[in-house]
Amino acid sequence: MAETVLKVENLSASYRKNTVLYDVNFEVKAGSLTGIVGPNGAGKSTLIKTLLDLHPSLTGSVNFFGSSFKKVKKRIGYVPQRGSVDWDFPTNALDVVTMGLYGKIGWLKRPSRQHKEQAYEALKKMGMADYADRQISQLSGGQQQRVFLARALVQDADLYFMDEPLVGVDAQTELAIMTILKELKKSGKTVMVVHHDLQTVENYFDHVLLLNRTVIKHGTTEQVFTKENIAKTYGGNIRWIGEEKSHVVPSLEQ
Amino acid sequence: MTYTAWIILTASLVGLSCGLIGVFLILRKMAMMSDAISHTVLLGIVVAYMITREVSGTAMLIGAILAGLLTAFLVQWLHSLDIQQEASMGIVFTTLFAIGVILISTSVGNVHLDVQHALMGEITFIPWDTMSLPLIGEVPKATALLFAVFIVVLFFILIFYKEWKILSFDPALAAILGIPVLVMHYLFMGLVSITTVASFDAVGAIMVVAMLITPASSAYLWTDKLSFMLILSSLFGVISAVVGYYIAAWIDTSISGSMAFATGLIFLISFIFSPKHGMVAKYLRPPEAH
Repeated sequence: MAETVLKVENLSASYRKNTVLYDVNFEVKAGSLTGIVGPNGAGKSTLIKTLLDLHPSLTGSVNFFGSSFKKVKKRIGYVPQRGSVDWDFPTNALDVVTMGLYGKIGWLKRPSRQHKEQAYEALKKMGMADYADRQISQLSGGQQQRVFLARALVQDADLYFMDEPLVGVDAQTELAIMTILKELKKSGKTVMVVHHDLQTVENYFDHVLLLNRTVIKHGTTEQVFTKENIAKTYGGNIRWIGEEKSHVVPSLEQ
Repeated sequence: MTYTAWIILTASLVGLSCGLIGVFLILRKMAMMSDAISHTVLLGIVVAYMITREVSGTAMLIGAILAGLLTAFLVQWLHSLDIQQEASMGIVFTTLFAIGVILISTSVGNVHLDVQHALMGEITFIPWDTMSLPLIGEVPKATALLFAVFIVVLFFILIFYKEWKILSFDPALAAILGIPVLVMHYLFMGLVSITTVASFDAVGAIMVVAMLITPASSAYLWTDKLSFMLILSSLFGVISAVVGYYIAAWIDTSISGSMAFATGLIFLISFIFSPKHGMVAKYLRPPEAH
């Protein structure tokens, strides 16, 4: 049995006086690649932010690697939504990736050439070597997302949280990102991804966490990602195209 | 040094410190926080005067830092109670400034402090209010204070350079990497406060906002590199000081007003001619294909 890397018990959180998450319980095993799936407003991003102490929790406990978040921060990587930062910031792609190393570099020190090389390697891995010197606002959405992924790679974490890394990216980037995620999983890392495209869930993830303000169902994709559970998660707001669940489309996408 | 040289040196120091601090204010989208703090430091200065009963640099600096931090804290606190950031800023700084104004007119009486002075500054009189420093000799008090503040600002920006960068670009990642986001926020607010109060005598509360925001905004248009942006922004601050002085001498008008006007001129030129983001460049460049 694989090690438990994340254990969440009775977690709840609110946003502007509305309870967004309540009674959230789940456990994640090492080496799993989990898709967090649910309708808009289900609290997917809030869940990640609450786990990472970026948003206050009301109740509950979160346990990483059998320890508290503060003690194991360095083993956790985070890829925020692309829209959460200002891409007009005066910096280039290589520099953004190097930021992933700031925790390791420590106070009062500047990134060395070795750190820059490490960042460059990560960019190369994401197929972005030619864009290292490019100002970040000059990159397309997909390229920006790859820069974020490269930054997560240099963090060299054991557990990754990614918030909608596949939104608004081109097909080539989607493929590149999924290849990397599967590679991470193969090397024993654990990855949790907020995902909104129901049609690709079965191809991309081995575990699914269906979320609508609380955990509707969590487990292997095979067992959990059923028509019945999806309908329950989306509260009936779903159009079934044909009979196959691979053709479902949430009808209330914003 | 001559009277003119002292004034230009003093104003240039304002330009340097404000230029550096302004870059991070712009990048953190907190430009208006400088407006808030520039007003509330008045309260800090008045309270410092009421306690010490003298117009002294050190007491005023401490008062200003405390007032600045109090402003930052109250804005944050109101915001956490679901009041919009801008609204909480507006509520906090007007209230604290009002208390400062009331205290000046009721408790402080007719000393050197007055509202007019606080708002507009009195750089004209700076060269005559001197102190004696070892090795250097007679130096205007305001100039010495501004020099000290410039060194402090430069020091903190240099040693925490990469931390300021990541805090401005992606505070969530900074938090996860273990950088104490809140402590750094208040440290930065402290730097904004000391820069503001030291620039107070020279340019006043309104003009210091021009010096904090406009050179940094101009620099933003010229470069895609943070380090260049810092250098350009301070350079623009100094140019504004020099050009502003000569405009004032030429048409015989307010020095601090002319300097603020000069920052606006530099911005206008940048806005039209900057090679990357300027209007002319945008007009000439074919639309980019994505």
